[in-house]
Amino acid sequence: MAQVLSGGLRRVIGDGEGVPDGRVDGLDDADLLDLYRSLVLLRTYDERSVVYHRQGRIGTYAIFWNHEAMQVGSAHALADEDWIFPSYRESAIGLLRGIPASTLLSWWRGHPAGWWNPADYNVASICVPIATHVPHAAGLAWGKRLRGESAVAITYFGDGATSEGAFHEGANFAAVMRAPLILFCNNNGWAISTPLAAQTRAETLADKAVGYGMPGVRVDGGDVLAVFEATREAVERARAGEGPTFVEAVSYRAAPHATADDPRAYIDLARVEEEKRRECVGRYEGYLRRLGLLSDEEREEIRSGAAALMREGIARAEAEPAPDPSILFEHALASPPPSFAQDLAELRRILGRTEAGGAASPRPSGPEGAGPEGSV
Amino acid sequence: MPELSYREAVRDALSRAMRADEDVFVMGEDIAEMGGSMGVTQGMLAEFGADRVRNTPISEMGIVGAGIGAAMQGMRPVVEIMYEDFLTLSLEQIVNQAAKHRYMSGGQLKVPITIRTQGGAGWSPGAQHAQQLEAWLVHVPGLKVVFASTPADVRGLLWSSIYDDNPVIFFEHRTLYGLKEEVPDELEPIPLGQARVHREGTDVTVVATGRLVHESLAAAQEAETHGLSVEVVDPRTLQPLDERALVESVQKTNRCVVAHEAVTRMGFGAEVAAVVQYAAFDWLDAPIERVGARFTPIPFAPVMEEFVVPHANDVLAAILRTVGKDVDGG
Repeated sequence: MAQVLSGGLRRVIGDGEGVPDGRVDGLDDADLLDLYRSLVLLRTYDERSVVYHRQGRIGTYAIFWNHEAMQVGSAHALADEDWIFPSYRESAIGLLRGIPASTLLSWWRGHPAGWWNPADYNVASICVPIATHVPHAAGLAWGKRLRGESAVAITYFGDGATSEGAFHEGANFAAVMRAPLILFCNNNGWAISTPLAAQTRAETLADKAVGYGMPGVRVDGGDVLAVFEATREAVERARAGEGPTFVEAVSYRAAPHATADDPRAYIDLARVEEEKRRECVGRYEGYLRRLGLLSDEEREEIRSGAAALMREGIARAEAEPAPDPSILFEHALASPPPSFAQDLAELRRILGRTEAGGAASPRPSGPEGAGPEGSV
Repeated sequence: MPELSYREAVRDALSRAMRADEDVFVMGEDIAEMGGSMGVTQGMLAEFGADRVRNTPISEMGIVGAGIGAAMQGMRPVVEIMYEDFLTLSLEQIVNQAAKHRYMSGGQLKVPITIRTQGGAGWSPGAQHAQQLEAWLVHVPGLKVVFASTPADVRGLLWSSIYDDNPVIFFEHRTLYGLKEEVPDELEPIPLGQARVHREGTDVTVVATGRLVHESLAAAQEAETHGLSVEVVDPRTLQPLDERALVESVQKTNRCVVAHEAVTRMGFGAEVAAVVQYAAFDWLDAPIERVGARFTPIPFAPVMEEFVVPHANDVLAAILRTVGKDVDGG
């Protein structure tokens, strides 16, 4: 069981010194190693994606370095039938459900190979507008209840999202309907450059849950086991028909908001350095080593496996052929009206003319999908 | 053939769809015991229960957003926004979410939600409760937009909207709820994107929507006393627009009037005029006339409301202008 620290923060992993390690009931050694594999997978994905962005191979990218414990701990507490509604910060959480790395990298490249069918993985499309997907998750969860199905939904959002109307309406809707939903807030202290203190006067974000009549729990967001345990309890409540839970996972943003952001203008750099020293993957590695569950060889094997997956993923993404312009008009509506075909014919006429005359290329030059810095 | 009011026809389509399909449900503010602010869902709670005729918090963004979430897994929710003026509170969900999910998943995710709402002038509810905002939504790729003007149409179109795999914004006009007509025993679905010719004519085409269909039919009747044969066409589905039907009518009559209750400037009528002049320029014998509300908020005072929104006499004046008879100017 988790220890409860000051501020109601739950924690399982010790510090290797005064604070002892705990254990989570129901997790055997193999489960503990699975959590580590997922952490390394997401960490590798994130670090390589920043590199790919710098190389001009993917567009502006939202970094989630040091958020892996929140994503892995919570996602491992779900069953495959449960739906995940990610924000852009959880763009790669689908890796944990089997979405190929090439698909996610294609998404950031703005290539149609980056599309996936949410129903194939029970992972909804990534929502970039803030908190806008909270009502979707509430509605899907309620629909599951209406249909008599056992699945639940989890929706991820940041601390800043709790200021949005959509958060309020989604949370209240879920509570009123007793929808089987987990509202998972990754409170990293910053909404781009706006600190939490400028976002709310509430003492904790979990306090907001009281107003909706649902439990609110606080957990150390850098502690994958504490996150797992808290989410598992919320999932059990939801599945038992007891309605939604608000989980506030507390961490500190140790990386820029996105590749287009330079946080030096506003962030506490000393605090960032401190956070980097206690980042979540390393903390969990220490835990496993103290238990004697992770050898150097296993560590190396897991890391090189993740690196190989990324190399293969980017190679596959870059091998995708350029899309045909017809996709512009194919997917906006089921059974598109005649105007779509007219617009496509007009576009083809113009493209044919420019290609024949060599005056202009229909494809921009330069690295495909590479957006200019600052164009979030 | 039973006689149904427009209100009963909406209820009939909802109830039949809910009987036919467990995945259809209705959700909105005050729609259960109260039966909705316009009485449309009266009696449905007793038949379908509180889960499928679901009262919600006052929460337009939440209602539409949750409807999208339910639709994502293949359900067919019909959500009610009490007044179309309140669509403004849910526009993020309609414009950035419902309209985009299919496109942004490469056609793999469908959002078959129907968003019913009602509005319009006619009983002086004031500037925030009387608008006609359909032109805002026809502008968004990824949405279908329907505006039905008769009981038979509203029934057949609502059924098709519920079973359409796209998000549909379904406009009803408040003053039409009491309008009655005989409808077939069996519900006949009306395909979206198909206009209806209400009245055939040879001299002038009036393209009209919503309440203005009926005002235009009255104007057409009156135009007979001026020796004019007027054709009245209701697009019924505003997006996608049945361009062919409108153009063919104007190619026959050589004159066109567009009439809607929404403000004229920057309006849906401008799009119709553009479509018609582009496809039938050489057939036109007169400039296309537009009839709509004056470009000002709808006033609260009943007498003032009458000054702002269009009526049959405004349509008639426009018809006469297309044949060179300026009844206003003498």
